[in-house]
Amino acid sequence: MADEAVDVAVIGGGPAGLAAATAAKEHGATNVVIIDRNSWLGGILPQCIHDGFGLEETGASMTGPEYAERYIKMAEKQHVAVMKETMVLQLNRKKEILAVNKQGIHNIRANAIVLAMGCREKTRWHALIPGDRPSGIFTAGVAQAFINLYNIMPGKNVVILGSGDVGLIMARRLKFEGANVLGVVEILPHASGLPRNVVQCLDDYDIPLFLNHTVTFIKGKERVEQVTIAQVDEHMAPIAGTEQDIICDTLLLSLGLVPENELSKQATIEIDSTTGGPVVNQRLETSVDGIFACGNCLQVYDVVDMLSHDAKKAGKYAARYKPKKPSKKAIPLVLGKGVRQVVPQKMTEAGKTEITMRSEKIQSASTLRVLVKNKEIFKKKLPFVNPANMIKTSIDIDSQIIASGQPLEVMIDD
Amino acid sequence: MTERKEITCIVCPIGCKMFITTKGKIIEHIDGCKCKRGAEYATYEALDPRRMLTSSVIVQDGEWPLVSVKSSQPVPKEHVFTVLKEIKKITVTAPVNLGQPLLKNVARTGIDIVATKTVKKR
Repeated sequence: MADEAVDVAVIGGGPAGLAAATAAKEHGATNVVIIDRNSWLGGILPQCIHDGFGLEETGASMTGPEYAERYIKMAEKQHVAVMKETMVLQLNRKKEILAVNKQGIHNIRANAIVLAMGCREKTRWHALIPGDRPSGIFTAGVAQAFINLYNIMPGKNVVILGSGDVGLIMARRLKFEGANVLGVVEILPHASGLPRNVVQCLDDYDIPLFLNHTVTFIKGKERVEQVTIAQVDEHMAPIAGTEQDIICDTLLLSLGLVPENELSKQATIEIDSTTGGPVVNQRLETSVDGIFACGNCLQVYDVVDMLSHDAKKAGKYAARYKPKKPSKKAIPLVLGKGVRQVVPQKMTEAGKTEITMRSEKIQSASTLRVLVKNKEIFKKKLPFVNPANMIKTSIDIDSQIIASGQPLEVMIDD
Repeated sequence: MTERKEITCIVCPIGCKMFITTKGKIIEHIDGCKCKRGAEYATYEALDPRRMLTSSVIVQDGEWPLVSVKSSQPVPKEHVFTVLKEIKKITVTAPVNLGQPLLKNVARTGIDIVATKTVKKR
């Protein structure tokens, strides 16, 4: 068993891990290591070969692999150590990591840890789709890896369930590779992905979008033979008599993403049920002192630009972390009307803090308000809100509010 | 002849439904958009729609079997499948560097196909 001690250990070498590790180095940490189970860095980005990455951050639109290489170069320049093909098996509150690779078992003790494990795709069992269990059912991201990394076509006649961005992008990608895309099925009355992707991935190639529809049955002995789709009512229940069968050999699922936090839970880190990620303060520090979280394991982001921005913060604070007495007062941020989730979930110090949130529903002109004991301390007009678009703002919290211990209520008015 | 087209704006997440009337190469009227950038996009989309094109090329002797590629500029929409066909015809040998042009003046569009990833030799 190899014993190692580092200043900052980053679990996950995707965009968040790369940004956090680089920032940790830039802010004075001497010994920073990224641990990743894959043989490459960049996480999911190398398979996202479409463009649109980095637009907000750099003004130039990059493809996923280009964005990843940019961050890999930055990490190399900062001499971030990397352990590839290394799986973290255990994490505890004492900031000890047990990892394994071909060289054996590694015991890594870190002054601070950054969690950057990313997220996982929802599967058939999240949506509980009835029917047979043939081959030919893939999550959209798995199909994307097959086509874009390994040169394997997952099927010829494809139905896609879910109109999130990955599903829409895969519809176009399959079409480009000569597959027949029979339709994208969406249970909501509107597409979940960006309008841009609906136009450029579906409309451009006349791929039908079935709104208010879902897959109600999968049929197939060895391989998928057909799926049944049906219209749903306002409670998302299938309407009898609206079923139609689509003959196909492949069903792709683009049902959404779930933050990956098996390790966080093992370390008894408190998880927010609305985001699916750790509860953090304004430094992105979790309920365990010295363990920080960023990227899609903290919350699922819309765009990588904002994710990298936040991950750099986690890296910076991890580099500056000094063990302290756990006596600080924390005030919670509570979800008011119209708000589905907010990060950070608590504040432990005064000052300017960035907060990110999602609305409950689609609304035109709205007002974002932050209240303490029903008194408004912050107000911002928003021209348009959509749960699919993360809202980011900066609020100034004075020390009296922190001292009062009163919760901050975040709300979005009509 | 006057033509009326419906265009969904892609400039921002609002996604305005815009209506544009054209006569040949002349814009007669745009409505439904909330900003100038939207009107600009509608004009482009009605007169000369273009798309950034991304795909992949087979690599021999590489640590990966494919290298991802993009068009150096947006491709006129009607040429998308012609360009894809040209991309499918080629294979390259590792190493391939990010930014390396793999096809020049593809399908006589004046546009290059460029690698978006570094693929080392196996």
